[in-house]
Amino acid sequence: MSSTGTRLKPRSSWTPSQIVLTLVGVAVSAVFVAPIAAALFTSLKSEAEAAEIPPHWLPEVWTGQAWKALWETGNITNWFVNSLVVSVCVTSVVLTVSALAGYGFARTEFRGKGVLMGLVMSGLMVSPAVLGVPLFTTVQQMGMVDTYWGMILPQCAPAAMVYILYKFFQGIPRELEEAAFIDGAGRWRVFFTIVVPLARPSLAAVGIFTFIASWNNFLWPYMVTNNPDLMTMPNGIATVMNSYGIQWAQLMAGGLMAGLPLIIVFVFFQRQIVTGVAHTGLAGQ
Amino acid sequence: MTTSAHTVLPGARARTATATATVRRKQGFQHGGWFVAPFLALFALFVVWPLLRGVYLSFTDANISGDGANFVGLDNYREALHDQAMWDALGHSAYFTLLVVPCITLLAFLLAMLAHHIERGKWLWRLCFFVPFLLPSTVAANMFQWLFTQGIGLVNETFGITTPWLTDKSYAMIAIVIETLWWTVGFSFLLYLAALQGIPGHLYEAAKLDGANAWDRMVHITLPMLRNITGLVIALQVLASLQLFDQAVVMMDFGPGPELSTRSFVQYTLEQGFTSYRVGYASAMSIIFFVIIAVVALARMWLLRTREEGAR
Repeated sequence: MSSTGTRLKPRSSWTPSQIVLTLVGVAVSAVFVAPIAAALFTSLKSEAEAAEIPPHWLPEVWTGQAWKALWETGNITNWFVNSLVVSVCVTSVVLTVSALAGYGFARTEFRGKGVLMGLVMSGLMVSPAVLGVPLFTTVQQMGMVDTYWGMILPQCAPAAMVYILYKFFQGIPRELEEAAFIDGAGRWRVFFTIVVPLARPSLAAVGIFTFIASWNNFLWPYMVTNNPDLMTMPNGIATVMNSYGIQWAQLMAGGLMAGLPLIIVFVFFQRQIVTGVAHTGLAGQ
Repeated sequence: MTTSAHTVLPGARARTATATATVRRKQGFQHGGWFVAPFLALFALFVVWPLLRGVYLSFTDANISGDGANFVGLDNYREALHDQAMWDALGHSAYFTLLVVPCITLLAFLLAMLAHHIERGKWLWRLCFFVPFLLPSTVAANMFQWLFTQGIGLVNETFGITTPWLTDKSYAMIAIVIETLWWTVGFSFLLYLAALQGIPGHLYEAAKLDGANAWDRMVHITLPMLRNITGLVIALQVLASLQLFDQAVVMMDFGPGPELSTRSFVQYTLEQGFTSYRVGYASAMSIIFFVIIAVVALARMWLLRTREEGAR
């Protein structure tokens, strides 16, 4: 597959060690892909065949029944739209506020900066898992239970993202900004025209990881929504589909549908994701 | 203020520095607060305020609606310290963390080494090892619930065994650990891969010239260069693992597992809050948990500091 590209380089020849490594790689990859393959095959069985004892890997009769049933009876399109709305909003807000805050903490001076930075760092230890109940009662007081706001806003204050961008902005040479200040540019102009473009790989990594985390977030939407029409993909599939009594073929089809968007995104952006991780300073520090 | 800066000649470095320092200070002081304000507003509303509210509620007997809460002092904390179920739940979370963290760190490292050193098809290895992380936790958990189910599950069938993975107390947590390794190792793998790519190649070439073999290069170059990322991976994994919830709940059909053996601390807290409607008591447990996590995080910082000082 990719061998056509690498064949041009003389170095990547099939040395004995490369053959061994590649075989190990194939074996390990097979283990990693097996559960997903099993889920895919199960989704293509009839419900009766999926529950057969003893089980077998490949369907004896291939059928798209589970996918069709899921599409027709389920709220799956609703859940998909909800997931999309929530994840896109969370990602946009997180990118905006954490880029601004990371830059503010790294490069500007203001009263109380040290104290506030310490406060944000201690926020690294607080998550909806740790403070679920008080966070829920807070959101309830604001009247945001069973609303988009309630699902979105509490996910929008991740101290970790601020910290990652703060580290990155600290590494940008000051001279770049100062040249612009001398030319009469203000803070905001410098931020938008110099700092943000430089930070693009880091921002991409933060954005992608925020999107993944938000799309896959189960616990918080689980706490804050009861209305099946408002559920996100992971919640709908786990709570609603389980409550019918488990229909394995449909459950696997639904799961694959929930996972598919991110898998497609990763296939197209994997290089940016890896370089993004390298650029955030996370990996190198 | 910028006109004075214009008069500075290009060669006068020292004067440029002082002039721009003034510019920086003035500009920074004017706008710095506004950069952090939007984040701080959200942070105050959804992190600081719930934390303070949690502290307040933990001294009351509040129910889910928050009405008619009475101040009960330290009663909730006293009860929690004598609550065997809470200690058990905490034990389950700790046991899970102790199993997951070393395994995931080692596995992520090995996978990254593999993907880094195979010259062909790099994108394919990256995709294979990372793809489980892209699945929602509930989906990954459902898949393994099915794979581990006795009778219809493919794990027992494939290996020709009859292990009661999900229904026996001694296997349930192991099943959750296996699922977690598969599902989350991709993230740490990616961190290691990026770090490996960041090691300058000339270090290896120099070592080769000096006659170092592959093992020497690994022990004297690769491992020391990866020390920081290993610290980060461990820290992130400890914090994430202590917060075990999704996988355990879904794989055990939204229950606490056989003989309550997989009920995590988070799960027990949420049960108290949302099933038993004891918000005051659940808040006290949340605060206890916050303190435990803070202690772990501070211990890590302290270890890092002493190690850095030791290195000097």
